[in-house]
Amino acid sequence: MDSQVVEIRDRIERAANTLAREVRLMEICGTHTMSIFRQGLRGLLPQAVRLISGPGCPVCVTSQGYIDAVIELAGRDGVIIATYGDMIRVPGHSGSLEQARAAGARVQAVLSSMDALTLARENPDATVLFVAVGFETTAPATAAAVLAAGAQGLDNFAVLPAHKFVMPAMRALLADGQVRVDGFLCPGHVSVILGSRVYDPIAREHQRPCVVAGFEPMQILQAVALLLEQLVAHQSQVTNVYRSVVTAHGNPHALRLIDEVFTPADAWWRGLGPIPGSGMALRPQFERFDGFARMCVREGADYDPPGCRCGQVVKGLVDPPECPLFAQSCTATTPVGPCMVSSEGTCAAWFKYGRRRLEVAGTRRPQVRTK
Amino acid sequence: MAMTADSTKSQQIMLAHGGGGEMTARLLADHLLPQLANPALDELGDAAVLKAGRCRVAMSTDSYVVQPLEFPGGDIGKLAVAGTLNDLAMVGASGVALSLGLILEEGLPTDLLDRVVASIRLTSSAAGVPVVTGDTKVVGRGQCDGMFINTTGIGLPVPQARLGAARVRPGDKVVISGRIAEHGLTIISQRRGLRFDSPLHSDVAVLAPLVLGLLRQFGPGVRWLRDPTRGGVANCLVELAESAHLAVELNEEAIPISPTTLHAAEMLGLDPLTVANEGKFVAVVAADKVDAAVAACGSHPLGRHAAVVGTVTDGEPGLVELVTRLGGRRIVQKPYGEELPRIC
Repeated sequence: MDSQVVEIRDRIERAANTLAREVRLMEICGTHTMSIFRQGLRGLLPQAVRLISGPGCPVCVTSQGYIDAVIELAGRDGVIIATYGDMIRVPGHSGSLEQARAAGARVQAVLSSMDALTLARENPDATVLFVAVGFETTAPATAAAVLAAGAQGLDNFAVLPAHKFVMPAMRALLADGQVRVDGFLCPGHVSVILGSRVYDPIAREHQRPCVVAGFEPMQILQAVALLLEQLVAHQSQVTNVYRSVVTAHGNPHALRLIDEVFTPADAWWRGLGPIPGSGMALRPQFERFDGFARMCVREGADYDPPGCRCGQVVKGLVDPPECPLFAQSCTATTPVGPCMVSSEGTCAAWFKYGRRRLEVAGTRRPQVRTK
Repeated sequence: MAMTADSTKSQQIMLAHGGGGEMTARLLADHLLPQLANPALDELGDAAVLKAGRCRVAMSTDSYVVQPLEFPGGDIGKLAVAGTLNDLAMVGASGVALSLGLILEEGLPTDLLDRVVASIRLTSSAAGVPVVTGDTKVVGRGQCDGMFINTTGIGLPVPQARLGAARVRPGDKVVISGRIAEHGLTIISQRRGLRFDSPLHSDVAVLAPLVLGLLRQFGPGVRWLRDPTRGGVANCLVELAESAHLAVELNEEAIPISPTTLHAAEMLGLDPLTVANEGKFVAVVAADKVDAAVAACGSHPLGRHAAVVGTVTDGEPGLVELVTRLGGRRIVQKPYGEELPRIC
């Protein structure tokens, strides 16, 4: 192992020894969760340092009622559902988009909202509905697509809005009081848009250190070391170690796009419930691009599939192996909840990369053999 | 209300059933093997090895539905010849003859067909395995995607080959013949219109000369072979661990991959271990033969980047673990059945 890794692990070890208590650091970005698991980083940390996954996977926090409504729309004649691939397998009340597609529905996986616009242009006889999920990272692209559809007179394009703001969820988590978090590993991509200053209130008012980091394993370890060292020093600041792409003020162009097309609205988060001002609704002048309104469908109420603890997983209250369905009836092939489906889902990460047999048996942490 | 076990079970074929991962395994186990089982089929090898009179004969078949039909590094014709010959090589067999079944869509330009057939001719003549029988069908517009191809190959096992998961022992080494994930990422990038600084090329190639040479030289020192096509290296190593009732420990740093491929995989959010290859093999080699085997690979253009990437252990049966660059550990699993365009 190279000397840099040894050095950073030493720093983590020293800080953890000084703190001499369990420290809970939350990552609120699904890409961080995946990277942590893919790199086996949990096993490199001292026992007392726990990385818990927060509501950072956009698919996982999307309400079940929304998913049901999308699947219902997929079954309509003349509709093409354009969606990020992650949504295709999320099970709803009656099957998934994947199953709907096999039964004849037109469901197309796209890499961007612009691909959905292209679909609309290529299929003038159909209505293309874009499944608009994600945080501030994907919302600007949806906004740009809506503006482009307006400018090009593409009347057969609409979006199914479910975009969410990250900050209200972080504040709701802290206000909730159920969840003990000592510090935040702040999201990489979202911070590119929002800028690192957006976390100042979390550090100042809530006294939780925040470190913005990228997805390279060394950056994540560095962020963990910095968070622990702040805790040792009784400090609470925002530190940005992802300076190559994240600035203090974010991306003003992207923020303007969001503001031009969307307006804050109350939104339902799986696990967190309703959070005021956390959703993005289309502004009145863009309401004609609201696919739900156009198709006269309403998003239903949220519910958890019986036995599924996704709601508690996204709050970091339980680890996936504590859910009775995990690795039993809920597997990668037969997912019950969205956390098992999304490539950024916490359950998917545990199932895919974790040593679940040991973990299910109660040995929470993977065994570490470093030599 | 909501999901019961029954409603999660698929009532119809889904694209994921074709991904080569967990769902493909279920398709076979639930719908094909119960009715068609026999000792040769039950092996589920890349090819079946049969007794025909006093001879042992290997036989393999594969269908090709890749889109686009032509891609950097090859086309559906080259793929159809190389893929089936590679399947034969993975059971240690040298190809003797190929069949060619063509399903053509109304409206397919004949000059495209001519290019694909020329590619079939070039690939099969270079391999010294002729197309000896064939069939053509034409279907209406929209009923197939330009062209589908099926090839079947028969071959004769080289006498030195002693292959099978049952021969694998703890301490044996895992070798990959070259840089991984190039075919799958080339196809996906083509479909997505992605461009990279240094362009991606499919690795599609006939492996027989390299593989059969190794088998002749090292005989039983080569214990097990597989070409990591759909489902990638991850799928084939999990299958190895499961069928050998042993564990595999991989060393991430040792796995050969080009920087461009790694970059493309990161951009697309794909794990290169689960992405298809069409000109690579994974071998398990006895530890005392592995250095010589890797050196032998290195003298062949298709094995230039061959490397020892892991070790078979007597750990938890069926478990494949990866030691990451930083020394972390994670398990490697079969992919579900990828949300990817058709790659072969």
